[in-house]
Amino acid sequence: MQAVATVNPNQSALAPRLLIGVAVAVTLLIVVAPLAYIFARAFAEGWRVYAANLMHPATVHAIWLTSIVALIVVPINIAFGIAAAWAIARFRFWGRGILVTAIEIPFSISPIIAGICYLLLYGRQGLLGPWLQANDLQVMFALPGIVLVTMFVTAPFVAREVLPLMQAQGSEQEQAAVTLGASGWQVFTRVTLPNIRWALLYGAVLCTARAVGEFGGVSVVSGNIRGQTNTLPLHVELLFNDLNATGAFAAASVLTLLALVALVVKAALEARRGA
Amino acid sequence: MTIAISSLTKSFGPTAVLRGIDLSINDGELVALLGPSGSGKTTLLKIIAGLDWPDAGGLVVNGQNWLDLPAQKRRIGFVFQHYALFPHMTVRDNIAFGLSVRPRAERPGKSVIAAKVTELLALLQIPHLADRYPTQLSGGQRQRVALGRALAIEPAVLLLDEPFGALDAAIRRDLRRWLREVHQQTGSTTLFVTHDQEEAFELADRVVVMGEGRIEQIGSADQIHDRPASPFVARFMGAVVELPVTLRAGRAEAAGLDARALERRAMADGPAQLFLRPDAIALEADPASPWVLAHKSSNGAMIRASMRRADGTEVPVDLLRHSAPDLTLGTAYRLRPLTGAVFALDGIAQSDAPRPLPILKEKRQ
Ligand SMILES: Nc1ncnc2c1ncn2[C@@H]1O[C@H](COP(=O)(O)OP(=O)(O)OP(=O)(O)O)[C@@H](O)[C@H]1O
Ligand SMILES: [Mg+2]
Repeated sequence: MQAVATVNPNQSALAPRLLIGVAVAVTLLIVVAPLAYIFARAFAEGWRVYAANLMHPATVHAIWLTSIVALIVVPINIAFGIAAAWAIARFRFWGRGILVTAIEIPFSISPIIAGICYLLLYGRQGLLGPWLQANDLQVMFALPGIVLVTMFVTAPFVAREVLPLMQAQGSEQEQAAVTLGASGWQVFTRVTLPNIRWALLYGAVLCTARAVGEFGGVSVVSGNIRGQTNTLPLHVELLFNDLNATGAFAAASVLTLLALVALVVKAALEARRGA
Repeated sequence: MTIAISSLTKSFGPTAVLRGIDLSINDGELVALLGPSGSGKTTLLKIIAGLDWPDAGGLVVNGQNWLDLPAQKRRIGFVFQHYALFPHMTVRDNIAFGLSVRPRAERPGKSVIAAKVTELLALLQIPHLADRYPTQLSGGQRQRVALGRALAIEPAVLLLDEPFGALDAAIRRDLRRWLREVHQQTGSTTLFVTHDQEEAFELADRVVVMGEGRIEQIGSADQIHDRPASPFVARFMGAVVELPVTLRAGRAEAAGLDARALERRAMADGPAQLFLRPDAIALEADPASPWVLAHKSSNGAMIRASMRRADGTEVPVDLLRHSAPDLTLGTAYRLRPLTGAVFALDGIAQSDAPRPLPILKEKRQ
């Protein structure tokens, strides 16, 4: 469907023009300008320096770490999101309402609080700290901690996209498939999954973008060990604090590119879903 | 396939939805399940299909206990009220679905499936729609696809939940005739749900009238029309006129009522309730009658007359316009029912509350 505003030709076109002008100006000022500035600064000292900044071992490691985190977190969240949405949409069970609310919690809690909670739970002085230490398990200031916090922060994305679709669709198609002799797995892969595929992809893109960009929660649990537990967003801050502005902007440009790619994919998916 | 349902009960939490259903369906029979909204028709169908389970009772098909059998193994063709087609598959793939999900050992070859689908498309009279998606079809076309998808697995039993519910009257008539033909060709035992009386009587060999989780009556159109088994069935069949009468020697008597056309009932003398359909009442001028013509209107085919008594009671009467006598407003007429049903008063009081079933040992309030 399309919503096209029609303008009464007798009316002055001034007001709409003014509003559109303001909207464009504000967007340029607070979105486009900073983005352009990132690239301008990243390339300020030329291609060579930009490439050298990106090839710096610490930066490469940060990119690698961020990718690993996303590669672990996104599939888990997809599985969790489908499972949770399916359970909520198809079954009535005790605690269903709690689950619905619980899925939303990460949206309303500041990521830094999540980070601190994990610290208090798994940290050296934390609740599970002594046990973890006794078993020689390092959660805080290591990959598991970063993954856990990122998972917490991105948990709602897939479930929230998939759930309304599943609820709207109801279970009749699945029941029809069952009466036609389909096994549980066949029902899932041939009926349930194709129905939610665009919403699922959309949720996965949002989830990836967030997982890659997460800063607050991760900064608490990572410990910022350069070349070990420094994710890309943390690395940008670190470089910036080192007064290496060009390096910081070079790293930031990678993040920005990732975000732009996610944005394009998201827009494409939206068009696809709308069709 | 013969279906034997015995003492089937089902509750959702505190609400009893099926209160002891006993029903036998013969091989190849076409049976309609007729009843008002919420009477448990869909629930019964889903239990037969294996999409729901009863709290108690039996479901035996061809001597096999189906309650132990998962839905996948029952070879049921279920047509949902809202079709439930797979939107991401073409018509062809929708119809082929049931065959293509079979375990490898039992699955027919690709060409066999394709041939089967082509054959069904011809039977459904929609070969030109084979490559469309469900959203590109009209309601009637979707209906055919839904039926084709169910028929593809050569179901032992075909269950249709208000198959024509969402369609307009003309298409419904078409599809009805067509469904009858399909049934004759496939010969599958068929149970279909409807709350349209005309549809039920036109299509089915037998009609099962359900009300509030019980079977109220099983029979042919004539039997149900002329001899409703309960006040519920009488009301459901359109007997909206209810008159208190006195039974004497099996005949209903009341002032301004001439019930001689009704057969005598083997019932005790005393007060009773007479149930009449507005179109089964004739009017005869009778100055002694308390019924006065208060209002009349015509829709071209029928005249609707409204008879009023001094106490304010009104009785609607529908007369064929071309054979109706000249009616004058303000004149007294007596009511001469052509068919009607009489029930003792205590039976009527019970009809609103669930009737206790001996097999259930339900608590009587
Ligand atoms: N899953 C459920 N949970 C609770 N109550 C239910 C459920 N399914 C059905 N019911 C109730 O059971 C009763 C019978 O429902 P059913 O769907 O069998 O009616 P129906 O005869 O098919 O009605 P309709 O003609 O409106 O489709 C209704 O009162 C309904 O509210
Ligand atoms: Mg129903």
